Order: sequence, then structure tokens, then C-alpha cells
Amino acid sequence: MDFILSALDYLLGIPVLGWGVQVGLVYKTLLLLVGLLIFTAFILLADRKVWAAVQMRRGPNVVGPFGLLQSFADLLKFALKEAVIPGGADKVLFLLAPLITATLALAGWAVIPVDAGLAIANVNLGILYLLAISSLGVYGVIIGGWASNSKYPFLGSLRSAAQMVSYEVSIGLVIITVLLCVGSLNLSDIVVAQQEMGLAYMLGVPWLSFLNWFWLPLFPMFIVFYISALAETNRPPFDLVEGESELVAGFMTEYSATPYLLFMLGEYISILLMCAMTTVLFLGGWASPIDLPPFTWIPGLVWFFIKVSLVFFMFAMAKAIVPRYRYDQLMRIGWKLFLPLSLAMVIIVAFVLQLTGWGWHGGMA
Amino acid sequence: MTLPLFFFYLFSAIAIVSAVMVISGRNPVHAVLFLILAFFNASGLFMLAGAEFLALLLIVVYVGAVAVLFLFVVMMLDVDFASMRQGFLQYAPVGVIVGIVLLLELLLLAGSFVISPEAAGGAALPIDGTVDNMRAIGQVLYTRYVFLFQGAAAVLLVAMIGAIVLTLKHKANVKRQNPVDQVARRASETLEVVKVKSGQGL
Repeated sequence: MDFILSALDYLLGIPVLGWGVQVGLVYKTLLLLVGLLIFTAFILLADRKVWAAVQMRRGPNVVGPFGLLQSFADLLKFALKEAVIPGGADKVLFLLAPLITATLALAGWAVIPVDAGLAIANVNLGILYLLAISSLGVYGVIIGGWASNSKYPFLGSLRSAAQMVSYEVSIGLVIITVLLCVGSLNLSDIVVAQQEMGLAYMLGVPWLSFLNWFWLPLFPMFIVFYISALAETNRPPFDLVEGESELVAGFMTEYSATPYLLFMLGEYISILLMCAMTTVLFLGGWASPIDLPPFTWIPGLVWFFIKVSLVFFMFAMAKAIVPRYRYDQLMRIGWKLFLPLSLAMVIIVAFVLQLTGWGWHGGMA
Repeated sequence: MTLPLFFFYLFSAIAIVSAVMVISGRNPVHAVLFLILAFFNASGLFMLAGAEFLALLLIVVYVGAVAVLFLFVVMMLDVDFASMRQGFLQYAPVGVIVGIVLLLELLLLAGSFVISPEAAGGAALPIDGTVDNMRAIGQVLYTRYVFLFQGAAAVLLVAMIGAIVLTLKHKANVKRQNPVDQVARRASETLEVVKVKSGQGL
């Protein structure tokens, strides 16, 4: 019975009321989830607004002031509609697929440090965990496409299987270059390393801390990561998985109501997860860009979400202004361009670090 | 009972049940999905044993890449399980023999640890508890076993090149696209603007 009590304390403990010895995991997780879902609701709106602005439209502007409540209206609509399940579908898998997508996307956020020491789980292999989670994201799409028992969803899921596996390779190699510079797989260490060394220190202007971040020394990798992140999350211009001109709506064709909502939610949260990964790996995480008073007064949490929003803005602009890629071209840049480039960068970075003695040594065990 | 023990039994039970489902399920896609569930629980067991690097690697490599391609192939093939079942009894004795040999080996391995506990100390590389296991693996793999490691990599590379050579066909009468040419093309090279008077042809 002892282990049940300790598990309960770990999950539900409230030290303030005298019960338990630590703040329960459930409360922290709920706080993150609710915050994340509200953030996603507004990010979704921002995506549509940016897209509309590029095309000289007004975008959603009816529900609430400036259409701010549009996402909540959509939520209500999806939740209240009837969920239609096709007759020939594999019912269990059909409903499991959106759940997998949404759950995995949310699970990834468990290790993201949104501020110094503020992560649900500050694990040592955080970046490997994120890689594992993002490599699992493809299952929601494949299972959804297959379980629908319909041609277009199936074609969409076949495309996604090849696409997401291909771009995982270059994402993995980009992550390795960053890890070589840091010497630790802990996400908090990666952020701290970007504060404690870098170009700004070499130039003698340590307060210009945005020069310290890895986006500058690893600039080609930053670009490769950004494009691979677009492909990995099936964002335009790489949204061949649901290319509406060819596949109706791809793997989501047969989905409606709440399962569709879960797919959309999972998609946007995994996009935000990729934005957060970009922020942590290349843009200094929660650190303020200039290490001087008016900027350092703003809490790290706010800086983190400002950076995530900025990366998302780049995602949204890519959606608005770049035409969709042809499938063979997509595979070509994945395997023939990014893979050799990132492999070469891994070797170059390893040599430079070995020969010059640069790199962060604070995390060495 | 402690928490790790509880999770050990949970993961083991699910792993065994899903392994049984892999070979007993009717639908091949379901079988692959149960295989993935078994991988997950094996990864959980690794995690409990303190090998968190191997646990996550198992998910990234096997679940994230190998099983995806497996699922890909199984979904494409229209496997008729009824016809596959017909040969079942014919092959059953071979399967039983292989199973018995595997079981005996496992029993021998586990039994030797029970009979002589000092056997664990005689391992080729004793476990160093001071470094985390990713660093420990790296320090052994890239120093002591570097030639074996490189040899394994060479074998994989040869296998990959072999697969490409076997499947890649350059047909003579198929037009291929060169993206560099396509991108480098300018409107002035390909378009000619012609003013045509009405009522006249070119």
C-alpha cells in the first residue's frame, strides 16, 4: 500500500494544505494543458489572420471583437456535431487515430522548459524524448488513413509515411550538430549553454545575447531545421498529405466533428512543439535577446512564448506565400539536399569543436 | 510492492499479451500495431532497468522508422490470412522446435545467474555507475569496439547500396526532369511574344 500513497502524493500532493510533500504532477500538467490549449486557440486564429492579410482579405472577424473568439466558436461547433463513422471503417482504429495524434503532440510538451527550471519533467535525455515523440506522430496519420477504408485517405497516409520518415532523418542530424556544441541532451542545458558562450562573448559585447544563440553559428542548420519542421508537421508548402487539389482532404477526408477537431488540435500543437524546439535549439529558449534592464524585467516565460509566436509567424508566412511542392521534389530535397548537407555539417562541426576547443563544457558529467 | 515493481509487472503483462495478439490476430495491420505496442512495453522495461538511452532509441529506431515501413508494406499488401493458415500445421513443428530452443537458452542464461551470482561480475565490461548510460555506451563503442562498429556500419551501407542497385532502373525512353535546369530557366529563353493582327494567322 505504501507505493500507492507515494504515487498519490506524486500525482495529487498539495503541500500548502498540509497534505503531501510536493506539488502534484496533475496540477502542473493541467496548468500547462489549459495554457497551451488557450494559446493554440489564438495561434489558430493568428494563422488564419496572417493568411488572410497576405491575400488582402479580412479573415475571421465576426465572432467577438476582431474575431478573437472564432476558435472557441469552432470548438463548440465541432464538439456539438455528430461524429460520422464510415460503414466500412475499422471503428476502433478510426477513433484511435485522432487520439494518438492529439495525445502525442501534447505529450511532447512535458519536457519543454518554458522558463528556467520550469518544465513538467526536466529529463536528461529530453531532446531524444522529443525526437521519439515526433517520430511517433506519423502513426496518427497512417492509422487514420488506413482505418477510413477509403481511397483518398489511404493515399494521403501512404504519402505521409514516406514524407515524415524522410524528414526525421535530417531533423535528427540537425539536432546532433546542436548536441555536439552543447555536450548534453538536457533541454535546459541547451538553453543555458546558449547564454554562457557564443559569438557575443567572443566579440566582447556579452549583453548582445542574441548573438550567442545557435542560430548564428549554425545558420545553415537553422534553415534546414525550419524547412524540415514544416515537412515533418505537414505544413504547407509540404502539405501533400492533405493536398486538397489532389486528395480531397487527404487522411482527414472521412473525419468529422470531435475526431476531426482532435486531428486539427494535434496538428497545431505539434506545430507549436516544433516552434518550441526551434526556440530551444536555436533561439536561446527563455533568455532575453538583450541582456540589459528593460528587457530582462520581462519574465522568461513571456520571452519563450514571444519567440514561439515569432517562429510560428514564419510558419504562417510560408503557408501564405509558397506554392505547394510536387511530391518527387519534396523527396528530392529531403534525401539529396538536406541529408548530405546536414551530414557534412555534423562532420564539420565535430572537427571545428575538436580542433578549437569551443563548445560548452558545463554539462560534462 | 514498490512502484517500479508494479510497473515491471504492468509492462511485462502488456508486452506478453500484445506479443500473443501479434501471432493470433486475424488482421495483419492489427498484428503490426500490436507489435508496436510490444515494442513500447519493451522500451518501458528498458527504462525501468535504468537504460533510458536504449529505451528511447528503441522507440526512435524501431517504432518510429522500422515499424512505420513495416506498416506501410503490410497496408499495401492484400494479405489473405485464410490461405496462409492452411500451411500452419505443416510448419508448426519447426516453430515449436525453435521456440523450445529459445526458451532453453533463456532458462540457461537466467539459471546461471541464480546458481552462481558471481557470474554477473565476470562480464566483459563491468557497468560503470558514475556516468550516464549514453556516455557509457559511447565510451565503449567508439574506443574498444570501434572497428566492429565501423564494420557493422559498412555492412549496412553495402546492404543499402545493394538494395538501391537492385531496384533502380534507368529506362532509356523515359524523360527525366532536372530540377536545376527547371529553376535556372528564364522567361526570355522560352517565351516569344508575338503580336498577331486580327484576321491573320501566323
